[in-house]
Amino acid sequence: MNRPFGKCQMRVNGAETPFAAAPGRRLSEVLREDLGLTGTKVGCDAGDCGACTVLLDGAAVCACLTPSVRADGAEVVTVEGLGALVPRLQRSFLRHGAAQCGICTPGMLVAAAGLLRGTPAPDRAEVEEALGGVLCRCTGYAKIVDAVCDSAFEADPGEASPGPAAGAAVGARLERLDGGPKVTGAEMYGADHLPEGALEVRAIRSPHHAARFALGDVAAWAAAAPAPVHVFTAADIPGENLFGTIPVFVDQPALAEAHVRQRGEAVAIVVGETAALDALDFAAFPVTWQPEEAVTDLSAPLPDLHAGRPGNELIRGVVRCGDAIMALAGAAHVAEVTVDTAYVEHAYIEPEAGTAWIDGDTLVIRACTQAPVMDRDETAKVLGLPAERVRVIPAATGGGFGAKLDLSLQPLIGLAALKTGRPCRMVYSRAESMASTTKRHPARMTGRIGCDTAGRVTGMTFDGDFNTGAYASWGPTVAVRVPVHASGPYRMEHYHAVARAMHTNGPAAGAFRGFGVPQAALVQETLFDDLARAAGIDRLEFRLRNALVDGDRTVCGQRPGGIGIRDCLVALSVAWNRALAEAAAFNEAQGVVRRGVGVASCWYGCGNTGLPNPSTVRVGITAAGRLVLHQGAMDIGQGANTVVAQLCADALGLPVGQVSLVDGDTAKTPDCGKTSASRQTYVTGKAAMLAGRALRGTILAMSNMGEDAALSLEGDVLRVHDGRGSRDIRLADLPVDAHGYVLAAEETYDPPTVGLDADGQGEPYAVYGYGAQMAEVEVDTALGTVKVRRMTAAHDLGRVVNPLLAEGQVEGGIAQGLGMALMEEYVPGRTENLHDYLIPTFGDMPEIRSIFVEKPDPEGPMGVKGLGEHVLIPTAPAILNAIRHATGARITRLPALPHRVLAAIRAAR
Amino acid sequence: MAAYHRPSELTEALEILAAAPVTVAAGCTDLYPATQAKALPGDILDITAIDALRGIAREDACWRIGAATTWTDVLNADLPATFDGLKLAAREVGSVQIQNAGTVAGNLCTASPAGDGAPCLLTLDASVEVQSAHGRRVVPLSSFLIGARRVELQAGEMVTGILVPAAAGAGGGDFLKLGARKYLVISIAMAAARIDVADGAIREAALAIGACSPVATRLPALEDALRGVALAEAAARVTGEMVAPVLSPIDDIRGDAAYRVEAATELMRRLLARCAARRMEAAA
Repeated sequence: MNRPFGKCQMRVNGAETPFAAAPGRRLSEVLREDLGLTGTKVGCDAGDCGACTVLLDGAAVCACLTPSVRADGAEVVTVEGLGALVPRLQRSFLRHGAAQCGICTPGMLVAAAGLLRGTPAPDRAEVEEALGGVLCRCTGYAKIVDAVCDSAFEADPGEASPGPAAGAAVGARLERLDGGPKVTGAEMYGADHLPEGALEVRAIRSPHHAARFALGDVAAWAAAAPAPVHVFTAADIPGENLFGTIPVFVDQPALAEAHVRQRGEAVAIVVGETAALDALDFAAFPVTWQPEEAVTDLSAPLPDLHAGRPGNELIRGVVRCGDAIMALAGAAHVAEVTVDTAYVEHAYIEPEAGTAWIDGDTLVIRACTQAPVMDRDETAKVLGLPAERVRVIPAATGGGFGAKLDLSLQPLIGLAALKTGRPCRMVYSRAESMASTTKRHPARMTGRIGCDTAGRVTGMTFDGDFNTGAYASWGPTVAVRVPVHASGPYRMEHYHAVARAMHTNGPAAGAFRGFGVPQAALVQETLFDDLARAAGIDRLEFRLRNALVDGDRTVCGQRPGGIGIRDCLVALSVAWNRALAEAAAFNEAQGVVRRGVGVASCWYGCGNTGLPNPSTVRVGITAAGRLVLHQGAMDIGQGANTVVAQLCADALGLPVGQVSLVDGDTAKTPDCGKTSASRQTYVTGKAAMLAGRALRGTILAMSNMGEDAALSLEGDVLRVHDGRGSRDIRLADLPVDAHGYVLAAEETYDPPTVGLDADGQGEPYAVYGYGAQMAEVEVDTALGTVKVRRMTAAHDLGRVVNPLLAEGQVEGGIAQGLGMALMEEYVPGRTENLHDYLIPTFGDMPEIRSIFVEKPDPEGPMGVKGLGEHVLIPTAPAILNAIRHATGARITRLPALPHRVLAAIRAAR
Repeated sequence: MAAYHRPSELTEALEILAAAPVTVAAGCTDLYPATQAKALPGDILDITAIDALRGIAREDACWRIGAATTWTDVLNADLPATFDGLKLAAREVGSVQIQNAGTVAGNLCTASPAGDGAPCLLTLDASVEVQSAHGRRVVPLSSFLIGARRVELQAGEMVTGILVPAAAGAGGGDFLKLGARKYLVISIAMAAARIDVADGAIREAALAIGACSPVATRLPALEDALRGVALAEAAARVTGEMVAPVLSPIDDIRGDAAYRVEAATELMRRLLARCAARRMEAAA
């Protein structure tokens, strides 16, 4: 009666391919695991993200929702087969910067290919409709739409553009140097690497927010398994079973011991052949839970979660200058607000994944990461190994945004590999990723700001509780950063800000693009609108009057150079006046839909707060004439591989197209620190510039040529020439150094800062970046829905290294800010998937116009300032201010879901 | 080892159903998300190879939407204007990928309170055709959906089609969905309407609201009140009193109950206004 399913065959990318399918097995599994076509990505296993989109007989489907038997006799196209089908599309993605981290790119390309077959030159609406089922967390979608729309007009893929000449890389609209594999499906993420004989690792995790637990007869359970499996628990951990991000706050066990403090915490790992694990009944794992009363928000007190942290206060940060209370008492106008924000999930499309294996006496870990050296050191400590016996090879990382700064699976796969001696792979499910990894801190913040009759701000107080969840993670960083930044980029002579990181049984809140500053900005920017209204001053003008300028002191008493906030606000003024007039004209109709305009600013210090954070960059030339840059700044899509190379190449004086990159493999590349705090373009970029300059100095000295000489690298000859003559350096004749180079330089750069004193006074950052964004929204006053129509974003980058990638940062940051403002709310235990946890889709994004201001920073390389986090900070407050302008509704709880907006509109009437 | 059946004939499928409990699988867009496993768990009866269950056919007394008919099939089908609402709903189900796989009948069987198919099918007076090895019965959709994720289906039975009576072919259909984002979104509230107009006045209005009660529901009071009313005036007749009593929404992460009632009322008002505007346009 049933057809035999043993001999199935599909035509994959044009080739007849037999497959032995278990019929109900997901097609995504067959493609990836059985056929090795790992270009098809798995982001959710639920049809919520579209990363696994393939064409099945020409129709786009989610491979994760397709029983593999349905591919029998069918034609299947995956990203690996697109080169033949739509070669211009891939080229167009690269040229437009449509791929950042690249994890959604295969799904985007395949969905687009499905559209282009019938509609070769689609319009934007058609593209959005066809690709609407694929989520991207990096790009904000605009460049993807551009790439698909323009693909028909793309040049022949064979024609490579020559690239910028020597010395002209910085400032060039250069497509990413590492983009190729992202559009062909060849890029290897954590889940894509499966060494021969690898075992699979799965975790047993707490279903409770807080519980005591006892393990039963684990050995008997393992022995009863249909095929051999190993179980490892905290008792098997050879080193110190604690990890963290900041040495004095390390508090998180790799595997919990008797007590779990948050849902999703791992208590054991099960290791075995994939088929053996698939056959196991994990529900029968012998563990007894004794749930404890749990509180996941700041609403109620709970017993102390950690010794030495009374009242569950992890840390508090303070910045104080002048006398804020007195200043507010004497102010002509005072405004006050309390704002509540939600847990926000990073929602990168790649759940954590990686592989570990033993190479000689070294444990090798290849996993997604934002911080390879930190991963190495923390993992080594947990596993009781000296750091030099652990090597971390960063996998391509499918988005991070802060959460992949922390360890996740590294100690677990490391333990499994050490114990079994076999390569071991672990791939988090979406639910596992969402439950167990860090979040943006929910905050409850109260602020008061006063100003005089002329609209000059006289003083501000800020008091915020930040729910840091069960473990410290980057909570201390948030608590310290917030008071420094809560003033916004404005003059405040009298200021007192306090931020506390408070433990609860919620998921550990850690780093997320902005480290608490996006939350704090909501307070200050809401109050500035209040005060501008009270003082009868245009809201943009109010900000201009208070914006910091060179020579001003910040609330920390620092006098930064190259302050660009005024320039950013001025850059918005034409659009501001136009938008206000348009909104007023539209609203004359007195319709149900009303338009509004809002503005908000940001500033953000680049690098660690008053603490060292050096980067070291090595650049070398081999005897064969290969120019190699050891670029250890983890590129999680933001573009460090490209911009760091641009800075180095220009400092050296060779074309950036000649640079070969070596990644942050801890065995090959010096430490460039972590990809966080908007520090890589500035800090690693500066180290790269210094290394490039040093190498150039060596070459000029060898050839006895002047500073203005030009270099060219042709085969194994390095030619140095100026107007007077030319010298050839025959590279093959030079001795080779320990790293394999005949010419090399290595430079370290650490930002010069001064630590904060008890009042938060000091010089916490050597470089700041600035920005201001304007939101134009439409609010449906009967339904409470908000449509952001346009965002105009002016950012001061000091020097724009790469406008294409900078736009990508702005657009992606705005997408995340918009999500935070309007829809994102992680509820522990309730929204552990991407259909209950909503992030913006193609259809939710406004038109975005980026304006780049270049006010050089005296410290940054070639004037550069950071950008990555800045771009998200003003978005939500600008949108909220626009909603208020449209309707009078003052939103004080995020996200501004329709029912909350409607209630706020009612309250305002 | 779990069994996976994929018959090509309905009779075979019904025999399999009669023999032992199996999970009926069509689009699988709800089945896979319910498991973390790499394969569908348990014994499966895959009905997508049964050609007779695929597609939309006009029969003597009704339209038949076969149980394996996808949302994309609905979009591509040549159907009268009374199905326009269902087509709009089809475009808003998940994403193109979901529409290409997910089925209308499966959407009803999942019986999510926020299922996109139910409101329009209620306005189309649809029934569900249920078969087993022992026979066939036809259940009105309003009786088939008995609660959140609960349907009137006995052991050994499966849905083989959705029947829309010929009488429901009169008039035009329309649909509105409210969610917190554009694509891939679960409804906060939905409104569906099928309106038959003669001489500018409403002869029959079939109206339904979804995602505001355990199962989508018709609005009999409002339907009665609109009979004979000029279409252009219909929207103004929609009041909370006529909508709210039949709804029993919940507070959840997507919206609170009070908001849902209000939004449902407003959506219905807009839907009727849009129907009127469209008719004006057509007349002009």
